[in-house]
Amino acid sequence: MIALLLRDLKLAFRAGGGFGLGLAFFLIVTVMVPFSVGPQSELLARIAPGVLWLGALLACLLSLDRLLALDWEDGSLDLLATAPLPLESTVSIKALAHWITTGLPLVMAAPVLGVLLNLPVQGFQWLVVSLLLGTPALSVIGTFGAALTVGLKRGGLLMSLLVMPLYVPTLIFGSEVARRGAEGMAVQTPLLLLAGISAASIALLPFASAAVLRVNLR
Amino acid sequence: MTLTVTDLSVARGGIPVLEGLSFALAPGRALILRGPNGIGKTTLLRTVAGLQPPLTGQVEGAEDQIAYAAHSDGLKPTLTVAENLIFWASVFGRNGIEQALDGFDLQALRDRQAGALSAGQKRRLGLSRMLVTGRPVWIMDEPTVSLDKTSVAMFADAVRAHLGQGGSALIATHIDLGLEADVLEVGPYKAKPPEIDDFDGGFL
Repeated sequence: MIALLLRDLKLAFRAGGGFGLGLAFFLIVTVMVPFSVGPQSELLARIAPGVLWLGALLACLLSLDRLLALDWEDGSLDLLATAPLPLESTVSIKALAHWITTGLPLVMAAPVLGVLLNLPVQGFQWLVVSLLLGTPALSVIGTFGAALTVGLKRGGLLMSLLVMPLYVPTLIFGSEVARRGAEGMAVQTPLLLLAGISAASIALLPFASAAVLRVNLR
Repeated sequence: MTLTVTDLSVARGGIPVLEGLSFALAPGRALILRGPNGIGKTTLLRTVAGLQPPLTGQVEGAEDQIAYAAHSDGLKPTLTVAENLIFWASVFGRNGIEQALDGFDLQALRDRQAGALSAGQKRRLGLSRMLVTGRPVWIMDEPTVSLDKTSVAMFADAVRAHLGQGGSALIATHIDLGLEADVLEVGPYKAKPPEIDDFDGGFL
């Protein structure tokens, strides 16, 4: 399992591995928003949590179609399916590798980009906490979407359509935590719901992903 | 561990291609599958490897015993030859890739990126993966594609050594590997088209 994780990380950091794609997209979105909205710092401060969360979500979505498709194309997925590793742990590791290369950099970049959007000071810690809790769910749900569309050529469009509605609860509660945090309100309720969504996705979805992958490998 | 296949029927894309296949593969033996293109050799091998369920019949003794080599080698172009092999070795819970590198004459290429290899060299690397798995039953689909004569001989030696250690091999190939092996012609097991027995059937 560790070998698979290390390989995926190594592949992501080598040339053409796609590390930084999500981060660059996140950067572009948050840098561009002040230009399009205009120099109204109060308005920016109000929309900052939502924009940051939406940017992070779209950045995650952008990198999903490589998640399993590359292993499918070069035949590694067939070979992994006949290896001693159960497919459930294979997809979990793949999701973890995706989170480390996409979700974690977003979490770390978010406070810096929050400055660009004039995010209120008390909002920073809750923005980071909400992203830290929410991005694992994005990776795990995304892996499920990638498993559903793995056999399709150019399945990215279909995958986005399938994954988008599944991302909505995470987005709602994640940006609600960040918004309440920024406005100095109590964050407990959306925070618990967000953590619940992440915990449930991590616990249940790998089984669903492995099941659809088995069907797609036939 | 004998691999036993009983009354197996397999389907590709929902259409039955082979039916009524039975064979047994004892340790130390090799079985060569022959048959024209499209007859269902790959489908049969994928079924035996457990990648797809059979329509009817049973495959026994394959669970956690097989190493499968498909048309594509499952190599990562940005990893080196050694890194690719080490990865597969550790997935199968083993270490030591030297024997595999020696067996397929890959020592000189060990630090080359797999993406920079020729087709034949990639194939050799794909086949050497079988050596690091440590699994007793090798299931191989057209293993000699893009190999030259020397490499085919190298491959045949590797299979012979594997059989000598009590392993077994199920190989779909068109060329003569010079192995002492049983040959199974799959042509006669071609599935008959399903009977059209109702009104709708004529339109399917």
